[in-house]
Amino acid sequence: MNFFNDLWSHEFMRRALVGGALIGFTNGFLGTFIVLRRMSLMADALSHSMLPGLALGLLVAGGLSASGLFLGGITAAFLVALGAMLLARTSRLKEDASLAILYTVAFSAGVVLLQFVPTPVDLKHWLFGDILGIGDADLWIAYAVTLAVVPGLLLVLRPLVLTLFDPMVARSQGVKVDALHVLLIAASVLAMISSAQAVGVILMLGLLVAPAATLYLLTDNFSTMLWGGAALGTAGSVLGLVLSYRFEKIPSGAAIVLVLGVCFLAAWAFGPRYGLLGQLRKRRHFHDESLSRWEHGHGHKH
Amino acid sequence: MKHDHALKIADLTVSYRRIPALHHIGFEVSCGQCVGLLGPNGAGKTTLLKTLAGLLGRETGTIHFHGREVRGATPDIAYLPQRGQIDWDFPTTVRGLVEMGRYLRLGWWKKYRATDDAAVDAAITAMSLEPLQDRQISALSGGQQQRAFLARALAQEAHVLLLDEPFAGLDKPNQDTLRATFRTLRQAGKLLLVSHHDLATVPLIFDRVVLLNGEMIAAGPTAQVFTEENIQRAYTTRVFAGVDHGHAV
Repeated sequence: MNFFNDLWSHEFMRRALVGGALIGFTNGFLGTFIVLRRMSLMADALSHSMLPGLALGLLVAGGLSASGLFLGGITAAFLVALGAMLLARTSRLKEDASLAILYTVAFSAGVVLLQFVPTPVDLKHWLFGDILGIGDADLWIAYAVTLAVVPGLLLVLRPLVLTLFDPMVARSQGVKVDALHVLLIAASVLAMISSAQAVGVILMLGLLVAPAATLYLLTDNFSTMLWGGAALGTAGSVLGLVLSYRFEKIPSGAAIVLVLGVCFLAAWAFGPRYGLLGQLRKRRHFHDESLSRWEHGHGHKH
Repeated sequence: MKHDHALKIADLTVSYRRIPALHHIGFEVSCGQCVGLLGPNGAGKTTLLKTLAGLLGRETGTIHFHGREVRGATPDIAYLPQRGQIDWDFPTTVRGLVEMGRYLRLGWWKKYRATDDAAVDAAITAMSLEPLQDRQISALSGGQQQRAFLARALAQEAHVLLLDEPFAGLDKPNQDTLRATFRTLRQAGKLLLVSHHDLATVPLIFDRVVLLNGEMIAAGPTAQVFTEENIQRAYTTRVFAGVDHGHAV
Protein backbone atom coordinates (compact mmCIF):
# COMPACT_ATOMS: atom_id res chain seq x y z
CA MET A 1 0.00 0.00 0.00
CA ASN A 2 2.93 2.23 0.81
CA PHE A 3 4.11 2.02 -2.75
CA PHE A 4 0.85 3.43 -4.08
CA ASN A 5 0.67 6.16 -1.44
CA ASP A 6 4.16 7.12 -2.40
CA LEU A 7 3.22 7.04 -6.09
CA TRP A 8 0.19 9.27 -5.62
CA SER A 9 2.06 11.71 -3.38
CA HIS A 10 4.10 13.12 -6.27
CA GLU A 11 2.30 15.77 -8.23
CA PHE A 12 4.10 14.90 -11.47
CA MET A 13 2.94 11.30 -11.02
CA ARG A 14 -0.69 12.28 -10.41
CA ARG A 15 -0.62 14.41 -13.53
CA ALA A 16 0.98 11.62 -15.51
CA LEU A 17 -1.58 9.06 -14.32
CA VAL A 18 -4.55 11.26 -15.14
CA GLY A 19 -3.11 12.28 -18.50
CA GLY A 20 -2.07 8.73 -19.32
CA ALA A 21 -5.51 7.36 -18.47
CA LEU A 22 -7.22 9.97 -20.67
CA ILE A 23 -4.87 9.46 -23.59
CA GLY A 24 -5.05 5.68 -23.26
CA PHE A 25 -8.83 5.77 -23.19
CA THR A 26 -9.16 8.00 -26.27
CA ASN A 27 -6.60 6.07 -28.31
CA GLY A 28 -8.03 2.71 -27.31
CA PHE A 29 -11.53 3.86 -28.27
CA LEU A 30 -10.44 5.32 -31.61
CA GLY A 31 -8.35 2.23 -32.35
CA THR A 32 -11.42 0.11 -33.12
CA PHE A 33 -12.30 2.40 -36.03
CA ILE A 34 -8.70 2.52 -37.25
CA VAL A 35 -8.29 -1.26 -37.13
CA LEU A 36 -11.62 -2.09 -38.78
CA ARG A 37 -11.28 0.62 -41.46
CA ARG A 38 -7.71 -0.64 -42.08
CA MET A 39 -6.19 2.78 -41.49
CA SER A 40 -3.22 1.62 -39.36
CA LEU A 41 -0.68 2.45 -42.04
CA MET A 42 -2.36 5.75 -42.69
CA ALA A 43 -2.06 6.52 -38.98
CA ASP A 44 1.64 5.66 -39.08
CA ALA A 45 2.15 8.00 -42.01
CA LEU A 46 0.20 10.72 -40.19
CA SER A 47 2.38 10.48 -37.10
CA HIS A 48 5.57 10.88 -39.14
CA SER A 49 4.26 13.74 -41.21
CA MET A 50 3.85 15.88 -38.11
CA LEU A 51 7.57 16.70 -38.33
CA PRO A 52 7.46 19.62 -40.80
CA GLY A 53 4.66 21.23 -38.79
CA LEU A 54 6.64 20.81 -35.59
CA ALA A 55 9.71 22.32 -37.23
CA LEU A 56 7.59 25.25 -38.36
CA GLY A 57 6.29 25.57 -34.81
CA LEU A 58 9.88 25.70 -33.57
CA LEU A 59 10.73 28.41 -36.07
CA VAL A 60 7.70 30.47 -35.19
CA ALA A 61 7.35 29.86 -31.44
CA GLY A 62 10.92 28.87 -30.67
CA GLY A 63 10.25 25.73 -28.64
CA LEU A 64 8.51 22.37 -28.53
CA SER A 65 5.06 23.63 -27.75
CA ALA A 66 1.37 23.01 -28.11
CA SER A 67 1.20 25.37 -31.08
CA GLY A 68 3.91 23.35 -32.81
CA LEU A 69 1.97 20.18 -32.20
CA PHE A 70 -1.15 21.68 -33.68
CA LEU A 71 0.73 22.97 -36.70
CA GLY A 72 2.22 19.51 -37.08
CA GLY A 73 -1.13 17.83 -36.86
CA ILE A 74 -2.69 20.11 -39.37
CA THR A 75 0.20 19.68 -41.81
CA ALA A 76 -0.08 15.95 -41.42
CA ALA A 77 -3.79 15.88 -42.00
CA PHE A 78 -4.02 18.23 -44.92
CA LEU A 79 -0.83 17.59 -46.81
CA VAL A 80 -0.56 13.89 -46.33
CA ALA A 81 -3.86 12.20 -45.52
CA LEU A 82 -6.08 14.30 -47.77
CA GLY A 83 -3.33 14.61 -50.36
CA ALA A 84 -3.04 10.83 -50.57
CA MET A 85 -6.80 10.57 -50.96
CA LEU A 86 -6.68 13.10 -53.79
CA LEU A 87 -3.72 11.40 -55.50
CA ALA A 88 -5.42 8.02 -55.36
CA ARG A 89 -8.59 9.45 -56.88
CA THR A 90 -6.96 11.40 -59.69
CA SER A 91 -4.39 8.84 -60.83
CA ARG A 92 -4.11 5.09 -61.16
CA LEU A 93 -1.98 4.96 -57.99
CA LYS A 94 -3.60 3.31 -54.97
CA GLU A 95 -3.77 5.03 -51.61
CA ASP A 96 -0.91 3.11 -49.96
CA ALA A 97 1.66 4.17 -52.55
CA SER A 98 0.36 7.75 -52.58
CA LEU A 99 0.63 7.85 -48.81
CA ALA A 100 4.18 6.46 -48.84
CA ILE A 101 5.34 9.17 -51.24
CA LEU A 102 3.65 12.06 -49.47
CA TYR A 103 4.64 11.22 -45.93
CA THR A 104 8.31 10.64 -46.71
CA VAL A 105 8.36 13.91 -48.64
CA ALA A 106 6.75 15.65 -45.65
CA PHE A 107 9.26 14.04 -43.30
CA SER A 108 12.17 15.18 -45.51
CA ALA A 109 10.80 18.70 -45.61
CA GLY A 110 10.72 18.57 -41.82
CA VAL A 111 14.35 17.46 -41.64
CA VAL A 112 15.36 20.35 -43.92
CA LEU A 113 13.30 22.85 -41.94
CA LEU A 114 14.98 21.74 -38.71
CA GLN A 115 18.32 22.94 -40.12
CA PHE A 116 17.00 26.47 -39.97
CA VAL A 117 15.94 26.33 -36.33
CA PRO A 118 18.36 28.65 -34.48
CA THR A 119 18.60 26.66 -31.24
CA PRO A 120 19.38 22.94 -31.48
CA VAL A 121 16.48 20.82 -30.25
CA ASP A 122 16.39 17.42 -28.64
CA LEU A 123 14.33 15.36 -31.06
CA LYS A 124 14.42 12.43 -28.66
CA HIS A 125 11.75 14.09 -26.57
CA TRP A 126 9.49 14.35 -29.55
CA LEU A 127 10.22 10.85 -30.82
CA PHE A 128 9.68 9.03 -27.53
CA GLY A 129 7.64 11.42 -25.43
CA ASP A 130 7.88 12.00 -21.69
CA ILE A 131 4.63 11.65 -19.84
CA LEU A 132 6.31 12.38 -16.50
CA GLY A 133 7.00 15.87 -17.77
CA ILE A 134 3.38 16.46 -18.78
CA GLY A 135 2.38 20.07 -18.17
CA ASP A 136 -0.88 21.92 -17.59
CA ALA A 137 -1.32 22.71 -21.26
CA ASP A 138 -0.80 19.07 -22.19
CA LEU A 139 -3.39 17.97 -19.66
CA TRP A 140 -5.89 20.45 -21.04
CA ILE A 141 -5.18 19.20 -24.54
CA ALA A 142 -5.79 15.63 -23.35
CA TYR A 143 -9.12 16.61 -21.77
CA ALA A 144 -10.20 18.55 -24.83
CA VAL A 145 -9.22 15.80 -27.27
CA THR A 146 -11.05 13.13 -25.26
CA LEU A 147 -14.13 15.34 -25.08
CA ALA A 148 -14.03 16.01 -28.82
CA VAL A 149 -13.15 12.55 -30.13
CA VAL A 150 -15.23 10.19 -27.99
CA PRO A 151 -18.62 11.97 -28.07
CA GLY A 152 -17.93 13.11 -31.64
CA LEU A 153 -17.57 9.55 -32.89
CA LEU A 154 -20.45 8.29 -30.75
CA LEU A 155 -22.74 10.84 -32.40
CA VAL A 156 -22.16 9.27 -35.81
CA LEU A 157 -21.71 5.71 -34.56
CA ARG A 158 -24.45 4.15 -36.71
CA PRO A 159 -23.31 5.52 -40.06
CA LEU A 160 -19.73 4.81 -39.00
CA VAL A 161 -20.49 1.16 -38.31
CA LEU A 162 -22.18 0.85 -41.72
CA THR A 163 -19.11 2.40 -43.34
CA LEU A 164 -16.66 0.18 -41.46
CA PHE A 165 -18.59 -2.91 -42.48
CA ASP A 166 -18.94 -2.11 -46.17
CA PRO A 167 -18.20 1.37 -47.52
CA MET A 168 -19.88 0.76 -50.87
CA VAL A 169 -23.17 -0.47 -49.45
CA ALA A 170 -23.06 2.32 -46.88
CA ARG A 171 -22.78 4.82 -49.73
CA SER A 172 -25.78 3.20 -51.43
CA GLN A 173 -27.65 3.76 -48.18
CA GLY A 174 -26.96 7.46 -48.32
CA VAL A 175 -24.13 7.48 -45.77
CA LYS A 176 -21.57 10.23 -46.41
CA VAL A 177 -18.65 7.82 -46.53
CA ASP A 178 -16.01 10.35 -47.56
CA ALA A 179 -16.99 12.81 -44.85
CA LEU A 180 -16.75 10.06 -42.23
CA HIS A 181 -13.31 9.12 -43.57
CA VAL A 182 -12.15 12.70 -43.14
CA LEU A 183 -13.68 12.70 -39.65
CA LEU A 184 -11.64 9.61 -38.73
CA ILE A 185 -8.49 11.30 -40.05
CA ALA A 186 -9.27 14.38 -37.98
CA ALA A 187 -9.90 12.27 -34.88
CA SER A 188 -6.58 10.45 -35.42
CA VAL A 189 -4.72 13.73 -35.75
CA LEU A 190 -6.28 15.03 -32.53
CA ALA A 191 -5.43 11.81 -30.69
CA MET A 192 -1.85 12.07 -31.94
CA ILE A 193 -1.53 15.64 -30.79
CA SER A 194 -2.52 14.51 -27.31
CA SER A 195 -0.31 11.42 -27.26
CA ALA A 196 2.82 13.07 -28.69
CA GLN A 197 3.77 14.35 -25.24
CA ALA A 198 3.02 11.03 -23.57
CA VAL A 199 4.53 8.36 -25.78
CA GLY A 200 6.09 10.26 -28.68
CA VAL A 201 5.66 10.00 -32.40
CA ILE A 202 7.21 6.55 -32.84
CA LEU A 203 5.24 4.76 -30.14
CA MET A 204 1.86 6.49 -30.52
CA LEU A 205 0.82 4.01 -33.18
CA GLY A 206 1.08 1.17 -30.67
CA LEU A 207 -1.13 2.97 -28.20
CA LEU A 208 -3.67 3.58 -30.97
CA VAL A 209 -3.77 0.14 -32.58
CA ALA A 210 -2.73 -2.44 -29.96
CA PRO A 211 -5.76 -2.27 -27.60
CA ALA A 212 -8.34 -2.57 -30.40
CA ALA A 213 -6.32 -5.28 -32.15
CA THR A 214 -6.19 -7.23 -28.87
CA LEU A 215 -9.96 -7.06 -28.43
CA TYR A 216 -10.49 -7.93 -32.09
CA LEU A 217 -8.84 -11.29 -31.38
CA LEU A 218 -11.15 -11.90 -28.43
CA THR A 219 -14.66 -10.80 -29.35
CA ASP A 220 -17.32 -10.98 -32.06
CA ASN A 221 -19.19 -8.02 -30.64
CA PHE A 222 -18.54 -4.52 -31.94
CA SER A 223 -19.44 -2.72 -28.69
CA THR A 224 -17.20 -5.02 -26.68
CA MET A 225 -14.35 -4.26 -29.04
CA LEU A 226 -15.00 -0.51 -28.84
CA TRP A 227 -15.32 -0.15 -25.05
CA GLY A 228 -12.96 -3.00 -24.27
CA GLY A 229 -10.31 -1.29 -26.39
CA ALA A 230 -10.85 1.94 -24.48
CA ALA A 231 -10.63 0.12 -21.13
CA LEU A 232 -7.49 -1.75 -22.16
CA GLY A 233 -5.87 1.46 -23.43
CA THR A 234 -6.57 3.10 -20.07
CA ALA A 235 -5.38 0.14 -18.00
CA GLY A 236 -2.28 -0.35 -20.14
CA SER A 237 -1.27 3.29 -19.82
CA VAL A 238 -1.72 3.34 -16.07
CA LEU A 239 0.05 0.02 -15.55
CA GLY A 240 2.90 1.08 -17.82
CA LEU A 241 3.34 4.26 -15.82
CA VAL A 242 3.36 2.41 -12.52
CA LEU A 243 5.97 -0.01 -13.84
CA SER A 244 8.14 2.78 -15.12
CA TYR A 245 7.89 4.48 -11.70
CA ARG A 246 8.78 1.25 -9.88
CA PHE A 247 11.67 0.37 -12.16
CA GLU A 248 13.29 3.69 -12.82
CA LYS A 249 15.32 2.48 -15.78
CA ILE A 250 12.20 1.85 -17.93
CA PRO A 251 11.06 4.92 -19.92
CA SER A 252 7.33 5.53 -19.48
CA GLY A 253 6.29 5.55 -23.16
CA ALA A 254 8.05 2.28 -23.86
CA ALA A 255 6.60 0.74 -20.69
CA ILE A 256 3.05 1.59 -21.80
CA VAL A 257 3.47 0.13 -25.27
CA LEU A 258 5.23 -2.94 -23.86
CA VAL A 259 2.35 -3.64 -21.47
CA LEU A 260 -0.10 -3.35 -24.38
CA GLY A 261 2.16 -5.54 -26.51
CA VAL A 262 2.20 -8.27 -23.86
CA CYS A 263 -1.63 -8.14 -23.70
CA PHE A 264 -1.81 -8.43 -27.48
CA LEU A 265 0.57 -11.37 -27.60
CA ALA A 266 -1.41 -13.09 -24.85
CA ALA A 267 -4.65 -12.62 -26.81
CA TRP A 268 -2.99 -13.91 -29.95
CA ALA A 269 -1.60 -16.95 -28.18
CA PHE A 270 -4.39 -17.83 -25.75
CA GLY A 271 -7.52 -16.31 -27.29
CA PRO A 272 -10.21 -18.98 -27.02
CA ARG A 273 -11.60 -18.58 -30.53
CA TYR A 274 -9.18 -16.70 -32.74
CA GLY A 275 -5.98 -17.32 -30.74
CA LEU A 276 -3.22 -19.71 -31.67
CA LEU A 277 -4.04 -22.09 -28.84
CA GLY A 278 -7.70 -22.16 -29.81
CA GLN A 279 -6.72 -23.10 -33.33
CA LEU A 280 -4.20 -25.71 -32.21
CA ARG A 281 -6.51 -27.31 -29.68
CA LYS A 282 -8.09 -29.65 -32.13
CA ARG A 283 -11.82 -29.78 -32.08
CA ARG A 284 -13.43 -33.16 -32.05
CA HIS A 285 -13.18 -34.71 -35.49
CA PHE A 286 -16.55 -35.16 -37.14
CA HIS A 287 -15.47 -38.11 -39.24
CA ASP A 288 -18.30 -40.45 -38.32
CA GLU A 289 -21.03 -37.83 -38.62
CA SER A 290 -19.68 -36.72 -41.98
CA LEU A 291 -19.53 -40.27 -43.27
CA SER A 292 -23.03 -41.10 -42.11
CA ARG A 293 -24.45 -38.54 -44.54
CA TRP A 294 -23.29 -40.75 -47.38
CA GLU A 295 -24.29 -43.98 -45.77
CA HIS A 296 -27.83 -42.74 -45.40
CA GLY A 297 -27.81 -41.47 -48.94
CA HIS A 298 -28.65 -37.79 -48.33
CA GLY A 299 -25.40 -36.13 -49.18
CA HIS A 300 -26.94 -32.81 -50.14
CA LYS A 301 -29.32 -32.20 -47.28
CA HIS A 302 -28.11 -29.42 -45.03
CA MET B 1 -51.97 9.91 -62.37
CA LYS B 2 -52.00 6.16 -62.04
CA HIS B 3 -48.82 4.31 -61.25
CA ASP B 4 -49.12 0.80 -62.58
CA HIS B 5 -45.43 0.24 -62.45
CA ALA B 6 -43.30 0.27 -59.37
CA LEU B 7 -39.96 1.09 -60.93
CA LYS B 8 -39.75 3.07 -64.13
CA ILE B 9 -36.44 3.78 -65.79
CA ALA B 10 -36.37 6.11 -68.78
CA ASP B 11 -33.59 7.24 -71.13
CA LEU B 12 -30.84 6.27 -68.69
CA THR B 13 -27.26 6.92 -69.84
CA VAL B 14 -24.28 6.28 -67.55
CA SER B 15 -20.65 6.78 -68.56
CA TYR B 16 -17.23 6.05 -67.14
CA ARG B 17 -14.74 8.71 -68.26
CA ARG B 18 -16.80 9.78 -71.25
CA ILE B 19 -17.31 6.18 -72.41
CA PRO B 20 -20.97 5.26 -72.08
CA ALA B 21 -21.57 1.94 -70.34
CA LEU B 22 -25.33 2.27 -70.67
CA HIS B 23 -27.11 3.97 -73.58
CA HIS B 24 -30.60 5.37 -73.14
CA ILE B 25 -31.93 2.43 -71.15
CA GLY B 26 -35.64 2.34 -70.41
CA PHE B 27 -37.96 -0.28 -68.93
CA GLU B 28 -40.64 -0.71 -66.33
CA VAL B 29 -41.01 -3.39 -63.69
CA SER B 30 -43.52 -3.95 -60.90
CA CYS B 31 -43.53 -5.08 -57.32
CA GLY B 32 -43.85 -8.81 -56.85
CA GLN B 33 -41.61 -9.52 -59.81
CA CYS B 34 -38.29 -11.28 -59.96
CA VAL B 35 -36.40 -9.70 -62.82
CA GLY B 36 -33.25 -11.18 -64.35
CA LEU B 37 -30.71 -8.72 -65.69
CA LEU B 38 -28.91 -10.48 -68.55
CA GLY B 39 -26.14 -9.65 -70.98
CA PRO B 40 -22.50 -10.39 -71.74
CA ASN B 41 -19.59 -9.10 -69.63
CA GLY B 42 -19.41 -5.34 -69.98
CA ALA B 43 -23.08 -5.07 -70.91
CA GLY B 44 -23.65 -2.72 -67.99
CA LYS B 45 -25.52 -5.03 -65.60
CA THR B 46 -23.51 -3.96 -62.55
CA THR B 47 -23.50 -0.36 -63.77
CA LEU B 48 -27.29 -0.39 -63.91
CA LEU B 49 -27.58 -1.86 -60.40
CA LYS B 50 -25.10 0.64 -58.97
CA THR B 51 -26.90 3.52 -60.65
CA LEU B 52 -30.21 2.41 -59.18
CA ALA B 53 -28.48 2.15 -55.79
CA GLY B 54 -27.37 5.77 -56.09
CA LEU B 55 -23.68 4.86 -56.32
CA LEU B 56 -23.09 6.25 -59.82
CA GLY B 57 -24.16 9.50 -61.36
CA ARG B 58 -26.28 9.47 -64.49
CA GLU B 59 -25.70 11.51 -67.60
CA THR B 60 -29.28 11.46 -68.80
CA GLY B 61 -32.49 9.83 -67.73
CA THR B 62 -34.86 9.45 -64.83
CA ILE B 63 -35.71 6.77 -62.31
CA HIS B 64 -39.17 6.78 -60.76
CA PHE B 65 -40.29 4.60 -57.89
CA HIS B 66 -44.07 4.60 -57.38
CA GLY B 67 -44.31 7.80 -59.36
CA ARG B 68 -41.70 9.62 -57.27
CA GLU B 69 -38.40 10.51 -58.80
CA VAL B 70 -35.44 8.78 -57.16
CA ARG B 71 -32.31 10.87 -56.71
CA GLY B 72 -29.35 9.33 -54.93
CA ALA B 73 -29.80 6.83 -52.15
CA THR B 74 -33.13 5.88 -50.56
CA PRO B 75 -33.99 3.25 -47.94
CA ASP B 76 -36.68 1.92 -50.31
CA ILE B 77 -33.97 0.46 -52.51
CA ALA B 78 -31.40 -1.95 -51.05
CA TYR B 79 -28.19 -2.87 -52.81
CA LEU B 80 -26.81 -6.27 -51.82
CA PRO B 81 -23.07 -6.55 -52.26
CA GLN B 82 -21.27 -9.41 -53.95
CA ARG B 83 -20.09 -11.80 -51.26
CA GLY B 84 -16.41 -11.43 -52.13
CA GLN B 85 -16.49 -7.76 -51.28
CA ILE B 86 -17.43 -8.20 -47.61
CA ASP B 87 -15.04 -8.38 -44.65
CA TRP B 88 -16.51 -11.52 -43.08
CA ASP B 89 -14.22 -11.16 -40.04
CA PHE B 90 -16.10 -8.05 -38.93
CA PRO B 91 -17.00 -8.39 -35.24
CA THR B 92 -20.72 -8.92 -35.62
CA THR B 93 -23.26 -11.72 -35.48
CA VAL B 94 -26.02 -12.49 -37.96
CA ARG B 95 -28.42 -10.62 -35.72
CA GLY B 96 -26.06 -7.64 -35.52
CA LEU B 97 -25.87 -7.57 -39.31
CA VAL B 98 -29.66 -7.57 -39.64
CA GLU B 99 -29.93 -4.82 -37.00
CA MET B 100 -27.79 -2.61 -39.27
CA GLY B 101 -30.78 -2.61 -41.62
CA ARG B 102 -32.72 -0.61 -39.01
CA TYR B 103 -30.09 2.15 -38.80
CA LEU B 104 -31.40 3.84 -41.94
CA ARG B 105 -34.95 3.98 -40.66
CA LEU B 106 -33.75 5.13 -37.25
CA GLY B 107 -31.36 7.80 -38.42
CA TRP B 108 -28.33 8.68 -36.35
CA TRP B 109 -29.64 8.87 -32.83
CA LYS B 110 -33.23 7.69 -32.54
CA LYS B 111 -33.54 5.07 -29.85
CA TYR B 112 -33.64 1.44 -30.85
CA ARG B 113 -37.08 0.25 -29.76
CA ALA B 114 -39.12 -2.90 -29.36
CA THR B 115 -40.64 -2.31 -32.81
CA ASP B 116 -37.13 -2.39 -34.28
CA ASP B 117 -36.42 -5.64 -32.48
CA ALA B 118 -39.68 -7.02 -33.86
CA ALA B 119 -38.71 -6.02 -37.40
CA VAL B 120 -35.34 -7.71 -36.96
CA ASP B 121 -37.01 -10.85 -35.57
CA ALA B 122 -39.44 -10.94 -38.49
CA ALA B 123 -36.64 -10.55 -41.04
CA ILE B 124 -34.59 -13.30 -39.41
CA THR B 125 -37.61 -15.62 -39.33
CA ALA B 126 -38.53 -14.88 -42.95
CA MET B 127 -35.04 -15.91 -44.04
CA SER B 128 -35.04 -18.96 -41.69
CA LEU B 129 -31.96 -17.77 -39.85
CA GLU B 130 -33.24 -18.16 -36.25
CA PRO B 131 -30.88 -20.99 -35.31
CA LEU B 132 -27.94 -19.06 -36.73
CA GLN B 133 -28.64 -15.59 -35.42
CA ASP B 134 -25.92 -15.59 -32.76
CA ARG B 135 -23.23 -16.89 -35.07
CA GLN B 136 -20.36 -14.71 -36.20
CA ILE B 137 -21.00 -14.00 -39.88
CA SER B 138 -17.98 -15.87 -41.23
CA ALA B 139 -19.38 -19.08 -39.70
CA LEU B 140 -22.11 -19.24 -42.37
CA SER B 141 -22.26 -21.05 -45.69
CA GLY B 142 -22.43 -19.02 -48.90
CA GLY B 143 -26.19 -19.47 -49.17
CA GLN B 144 -26.73 -18.48 -45.55
CA GLN B 145 -24.62 -15.35 -46.07
CA GLN B 146 -26.90 -14.35 -48.96
CA ARG B 147 -29.94 -14.87 -46.76
CA ALA B 148 -28.37 -12.80 -43.97
CA PHE B 149 -28.03 -9.86 -46.37
CA LEU B 150 -31.58 -10.36 -47.64
CA ALA B 151 -32.72 -10.29 -44.01
CA ARG B 152 -30.89 -7.00 -43.54
CA ALA B 153 -32.70 -5.58 -46.57
CA LEU B 154 -36.03 -6.80 -45.12
CA ALA B 155 -35.25 -5.16 -41.78
CA GLN B 156 -34.54 -1.99 -43.73
CA GLU B 157 -38.08 -2.30 -45.16
CA ALA B 158 -36.68 -1.96 -48.66
CA HIS B 159 -39.10 -2.67 -51.48
CA VAL B 160 -36.60 -3.00 -54.30
CA LEU B 161 -33.74 -5.45 -53.81
CA LEU B 162 -30.76 -5.15 -56.14
CA LEU B 163 -28.58 -8.25 -56.25
CA ASP B 164 -25.33 -8.60 -58.16
CA GLU B 165 -24.74 -12.21 -59.28
CA PRO B 166 -26.12 -13.83 -56.11
CA PHE B 167 -26.05 -17.31 -57.66
CA ALA B 168 -22.35 -17.14 -58.49
CA GLY B 169 -20.41 -19.73 -56.50
CA LEU B 170 -23.47 -21.45 -55.02
CA ASP B 171 -23.90 -25.19 -55.44
CA LYS B 172 -27.13 -26.71 -56.69
CA PRO B 173 -28.90 -27.19 -53.31
CA ASN B 174 -27.99 -23.67 -52.21
CA GLN B 175 -29.22 -22.31 -55.55
CA ASP B 176 -32.51 -24.11 -55.01
CA THR B 177 -32.85 -22.62 -51.54
CA LEU B 178 -32.09 -19.12 -52.83
CA ARG B 179 -34.65 -19.60 -55.62
CA ALA B 180 -37.26 -20.57 -53.05
CA THR B 181 -36.28 -17.52 -50.98
CA PHE B 182 -36.79 -15.30 -54.03
CA ARG B 183 -40.27 -16.78 -54.45
CA THR B 184 -41.11 -15.93 -50.82
CA LEU B 185 -39.87 -12.37 -51.31
CA ARG B 186 -41.91 -11.98 -54.51
CA GLN B 187 -45.02 -13.15 -52.73
CA ALA B 188 -44.30 -10.56 -50.05
CA GLY B 189 -44.50 -7.94 -52.81
CA LYS B 190 -40.79 -7.21 -53.15
CA LEU B 191 -39.26 -6.33 -56.48
CA LEU B 192 -36.04 -8.23 -57.13
CA LEU B 193 -33.62 -7.01 -59.77
CA VAL B 194 -30.90 -9.59 -60.17
CA SER B 195 -27.89 -9.68 -62.47
CA HIS B 196 -27.26 -13.20 -63.68
CA HIS B 197 -24.96 -14.91 -66.18
CA ASP B 198 -26.07 -18.54 -66.28
CA LEU B 199 -28.56 -18.54 -69.16
CA ALA B 200 -29.60 -22.16 -68.57
CA THR B 201 -31.25 -21.34 -65.25
CA VAL B 202 -33.00 -18.13 -66.35
CA PRO B 203 -36.52 -19.56 -66.95
CA LEU B 204 -36.39 -21.35 -63.59
CA ILE B 205 -35.61 -18.24 -61.55
CA PHE B 206 -37.05 -15.20 -63.28
CA ASP B 207 -40.54 -14.35 -64.41
CA ARG B 208 -39.23 -11.31 -66.29
CA VAL B 209 -35.94 -10.49 -67.91
CA VAL B 210 -34.11 -7.39 -69.09
CA LEU B 211 -31.56 -8.07 -71.84
CA LEU B 212 -28.77 -5.54 -72.08
CA ASN B 213 -25.76 -4.93 -74.21
CA GLY B 214 -24.79 -1.42 -73.31
CA GLU B 215 -28.11 -0.69 -74.98
CA MET B 216 -31.57 -2.00 -74.37
CA ILE B 217 -32.14 -5.26 -76.25
CA ALA B 218 -35.46 -6.31 -74.78
CA ALA B 219 -37.49 -6.34 -71.58
CA GLY B 220 -40.61 -8.25 -70.64
CA PRO B 221 -42.00 -11.59 -69.46
CA THR B 222 -39.43 -14.37 -69.72
CA ALA B 223 -41.63 -16.52 -71.98
CA GLN B 224 -41.92 -13.75 -74.58
CA VAL B 225 -38.58 -12.01 -74.36
CA PHE B 226 -36.06 -14.71 -73.49
CA THR B 227 -35.87 -15.92 -77.11
CA GLU B 228 -33.05 -17.26 -79.24
CA GLU B 229 -33.15 -14.12 -81.37
CA ASN B 230 -32.88 -11.67 -78.48
CA ILE B 231 -30.14 -13.69 -76.81
CA GLN B 232 -28.22 -13.70 -80.11
CA ARG B 233 -28.55 -9.95 -80.39
CA ALA B 234 -27.45 -9.36 -76.80
CA TYR B 235 -24.47 -11.68 -76.87
CA THR B 236 -23.05 -11.11 -80.35
CA THR B 237 -22.90 -7.33 -80.67
CA ARG B 238 -19.57 -6.01 -79.51
CA VAL B 239 -19.66 -3.91 -76.38
CA PHE B 240 -18.32 -0.43 -77.09
CA ALA B 241 -15.28 0.24 -74.94
CA GLY B 242 -13.90 3.44 -76.38
CA VAL B 243 -11.92 4.19 -79.51
CA ASP B 244 -8.42 2.78 -80.13
CA HIS B 245 -6.87 1.33 -76.99
CA GLY B 246 -10.08 1.46 -74.98
CA HIS B 247 -10.03 -0.75 -71.94
CA ALA B 248 -13.24 -2.48 -71.13
CA VAL B 249 -14.74 -0.94 -68.03
